[in-house]
Amino acid sequence: MADSVSTKNLALAKAINESLRRALETDPKVLVMGEDVGKLGGVFRVTDGLQKDFGESRVIDTPLAESGIVGTAIGMALRGYRPVVEIQFDGFVFPAYDQIVTQLAKMHARSLGKVKMPVVVRIPYGGGIGAVEHHSESPEALFAHVSGLKIVSPSNASDAYWMMQQAIQSDDPVIFFEPKRRYWDKGEVNTEAIPGPLHKAQVVREGTDLTLVAYGPMVKLCQEVAAAAAEEGKNLEVLDLRSVSPLDFDSIQTSVEKTRRLVVVHEAPVFFGSGAEIAARITERCFYHLEAPVLRVGGYHAPYPPARLEEEYLPGLDRVLDAVDRALAY
Amino acid sequence: MTVESTAARKPRRSAGSKAGGTGTGRTTRAGAGKSAEPELVQLLTPEGKRVKNAKNAEFAQYVAGVTPEDLRGLYRDMVLTRRFDAEATSLQRQGELGLWASLLGQEAAQIGSGRALRDDDYVFPTYREHGVAWCRGVDPTNLLGMFRGVNNGGWDPNGNNFHLYTIVIGSQTLHATGYAMGVAMDGADSAVIAYFGDGASSQGDVAESFTFSAVYNAPVVFFCQNNQWAISEPTEKQTRVPLYQRAQGYGFPGVRVDGNDVLACLAVTRWALERARNGEGPTLVEAYTYRMGAHTTSDDPTKYRADEERESWEAKDPILRLRRHLEASNHTDEGFFAELEAESEALGRRVREAVRAMPDPDHFAIFENVYADGHALVDEERAQFAAYQESFATESDSGFAAGTGGN
Repeated sequence: MADSVSTKNLALAKAINESLRRALETDPKVLVMGEDVGKLGGVFRVTDGLQKDFGESRVIDTPLAESGIVGTAIGMALRGYRPVVEIQFDGFVFPAYDQIVTQLAKMHARSLGKVKMPVVVRIPYGGGIGAVEHHSESPEALFAHVSGLKIVSPSNASDAYWMMQQAIQSDDPVIFFEPKRRYWDKGEVNTEAIPGPLHKAQVVREGTDLTLVAYGPMVKLCQEVAAAAAEEGKNLEVLDLRSVSPLDFDSIQTSVEKTRRLVVVHEAPVFFGSGAEIAARITERCFYHLEAPVLRVGGYHAPYPPARLEEEYLPGLDRVLDAVDRALAY
Repeated sequence: MTVESTAARKPRRSAGSKAGGTGTGRTTRAGAGKSAEPELVQLLTPEGKRVKNAKNAEFAQYVAGVTPEDLRGLYRDMVLTRRFDAEATSLQRQGELGLWASLLGQEAAQIGSGRALRDDDYVFPTYREHGVAWCRGVDPTNLLGMFRGVNNGGWDPNGNNFHLYTIVIGSQTLHATGYAMGVAMDGADSAVIAYFGDGASSQGDVAESFTFSAVYNAPVVFFCQNNQWAISEPTEKQTRVPLYQRAQGYGFPGVRVDGNDVLACLAVTRWALERARNGEGPTLVEAYTYRMGAHTTSDDPTKYRADEERESWEAKDPILRLRRHLEASNHTDEGFFAELEAESEALGRRVREAVRAMPDPDHFAIFENVYADGHALVDEERAQFAAYQESFATESDSGFAAGTGGN
């Protein structure tokens, strides 16, 4: 694979960069917008070099106003453009929440399908990088609750590349959560592969004893958990959801019917989180297959803590293993 | 009516004037929100007399080519819009509409600005722009669907370059700005106009739209209808400076126009649109007017405003003003008014019948157009809903008990 000209070893952030570059090259209607996305290339350098090559009218540095970024992107989409906007950090999306929820999500339905909203909202999200307040949150459930939006989160470089292509090509608004603690993780990206459907979950490790479900930054952790559990003779399956809305319940169901146990892992607070939705629906679908209640591992119902406490707050190897043990003990 | 093509063109102002406003009302003190008269651009007095002064000279040339026929057209637009609005208010009282937001009193602001637009311009209304919709050729009955509760829009925004009504206050000003940025990127010379009210001027989105439009020099006209009240909150609760002056802080001109003077609204909007087309960026137009009725039919203005206030504004009625002018200028005969009266009644009848005949949407409309590309959850819930609906048929066929469907 490494010999192929179309296969590159890229960090996840660079994979998104290359994906944006490809979209800008392919479709003159694609625009990149956000705070600091131009000369600086974004605070995580995800848009590095794009303004230099595509100009200030395609890669647009914006005023510091998140509602303005999303609101003007809606207007540009109405004019026929396909804006990809960057919200600098997860905790800064809330000034734009009104535009996303009341306008972006509803425009297609309100217009009885007459207008499309091909807007991608990129949000670097999640913790684990020692950041200050409002720089480490996982607000995906707040968006998933809203009809009209699609919510995705890649866990690796290849998915980051291809899911971004698919998000930009979608006529629906896509909230694209980027796992910022995985930005620097490298992986193989085949830029000529034909990607699977955007919303299909992927089994990243086959197993028989229990299913671990995760997305974004927690997929790698769950793979580590499965490796550690294997040393104890436990054979765990790991499912990378890739998409939070729609959610691929069929793939979860298939896995759970095989393993009969399910643990859902995400960084966001457990209460009213995506794990709750998965637990409820899988209980409905697989009640007679389950050997144990669906367990969840995630954040607490507390503000995201200062960086020195985030390892206590975030799901780590031991907390997930503990949940695995509890599920297996039934 | 081809009012756009009749606008006189004037030479560009010097570059130095770009950020300094228009020269209109710059001497006004801050906090003088109620002393509007000296600041108003007015071409037609409440008595219907044409007025010339230093303040309106810059704008008067934009209506220099307006013919008596054009004036009759503006009058007709205002009368029919008011008739439509009255019919909708009655229909709400009769239980045919869930709600209505009347434009009574704001006809001149809407018809004047609406008739300044070209077909390729794009309009972003709030939810009271029935007169602008009329100018854009949107069938008035289409405006009533959302108020009757059969849809959340009711027209194709691209059919008449008239976006859907926006309920969240001020949101559309950003959409207008982004659309205008797109127009500029396309190299087109069309313009965009965003309507909003005095209450919306307090919203962050409006401030952000001013920032974005100024920074990107977007060809957008912000048309604020200051109708004095945001439900029960007077303008003093929104601002300590006249609203048009806000523009100066963002680096583009602001003008306060007599919003009950259709000719002045036409002139000032043409001027602002020309600036947009010429690449001179955004303009704020504050149409100083009055909402004669309630905010919506749910509102009771007698609880918060005095009768005398309304009476003082009745004397400035936009329709009466133009009628006086038409009559004094011998631009009409009695036949014109009689014919228009008959046309108004016919419009009222048509609207009434159309609303009563409006079918309820299909039950499955709930699930339509939620996503352009589809969504598994919507598909699943649609199927559940279908099964539930189907269970009623089963019930009547075979006598099953209710409540067993849906699974």
